[in-house]
Amino acid sequence: MEKIGKIIAVSSGKGGVGKSVVASALALGLRDRGHRVGLLDLDFTSPASHVILGVEGLYPEEEYGIISPLAHGLRYMSITYYSLDKPTPLRGSDVSDAIIEILAITRWEELDYLIIDMPPGIGDATLDMIRLVEGIQFLLVTTPSKVAYETVRKQIGLLRRLEITIIGVLENMVMKPSNYVREQLAMNKVCHLGEVGFDPGLEDALGNVVKFTETDFYSNVDGIIARL
Amino acid sequence: MTADMHELALAEGVIQTAAKIAEEQSISEITEVIIQVGELQQVDHEVLRFALERLRTPTMRNARFTIESIPGRLKCRICGEEWNFNPESLSEETSEAIHFVPEVAHAYISCPGCGSPDFHVLEGRGVLLASIRGVKRDE
Repeated sequence: MEKIGKIIAVSSGKGGVGKSVVASALALGLRDRGHRVGLLDLDFTSPASHVILGVEGLYPEEEYGIISPLAHGLRYMSITYYSLDKPTPLRGSDVSDAIIEILAITRWEELDYLIIDMPPGIGDATLDMIRLVEGIQFLLVTTPSKVAYETVRKQIGLLRRLEITIIGVLENMVMKPSNYVREQLAMNKVCHLGEVGFDPGLEDALGNVVKFTETDFYSNVDGIIARL
Repeated sequence: MTADMHELALAEGVIQTAAKIAEEQSISEITEVIIQVGELQQVDHEVLRFALERLRTPTMRNARFTIESIPGRLKCRICGEEWNFNPESLSEETSEAIHFVPEVAHAYISCPGCGSPDFHVLEGRGVLLASIRGVKRDE
């Protein structure tokens, strides 16, 4: 991974807050700014970015390890190349072994950014990436819900304790005005990256990258990328 | 199997690790490197040997590479059944998937006793540098 400029883990303490759509939008937004971008789906038991990006029929090329294929201009890596559409139940130690295997065999070419779509929580994948990837930075995703933020608060605590860079927190699926997350982050001295409104049109755009980049959701995330 | 380049990468890992250990242990000449290859990952021994020979460093110029095969042994966490991994029962596509990421075995293999995919690999998962023998610098 020494040829990669910045490695950004898109993560949250909670599932279902939109990590994968944010990670996909972030990767595409950086691509559209002329950067060389990779996207690694590290949610081995519930991978989803291939559905969002409509990635089908790709398989890594073998050359001294494997080279992640190009999907919509992104170097894209997912366990689904190997598990296909089958359920892949993995316990913690298996997750760790699979992460090490994927990191060891994947040869990334020169990239400006590698975006990692993380599984939720502060379990094996998060701890392994912190342990194995020097300089990794975290972009956290929450919803306005106290339930989601509570898990992100703990995640911030962990990352702080380990002295890992937190780029900031993106507040997703905002449906009504609320300052709750913004105020909490201000107290914790963490950057509130911005709000992304709940977009009822997003679902119909999943699987089609052109439609995805035309959604209100995408332009909201893109606006946040522009300010990063 | 079309995974020759993967074996080359594995061989590089073995050579680098052996060289590092030799350095740390002040070994001036490595005489033998024992590598254990788990059956689950279905590494091609001949290709691995070829790659090791090609990559050997001056410290291991006369070293013998011993490759031992470790059968894949699986155990169900639900019913406790133990069984041997049988590569013959898998399609080429599945074999290749497990070759690259052994954990995806959980997508394709289930316990012959109760059908659960919740098993663990007792032995025979990956490639292990088991030991190196050599001559110490101060001897």
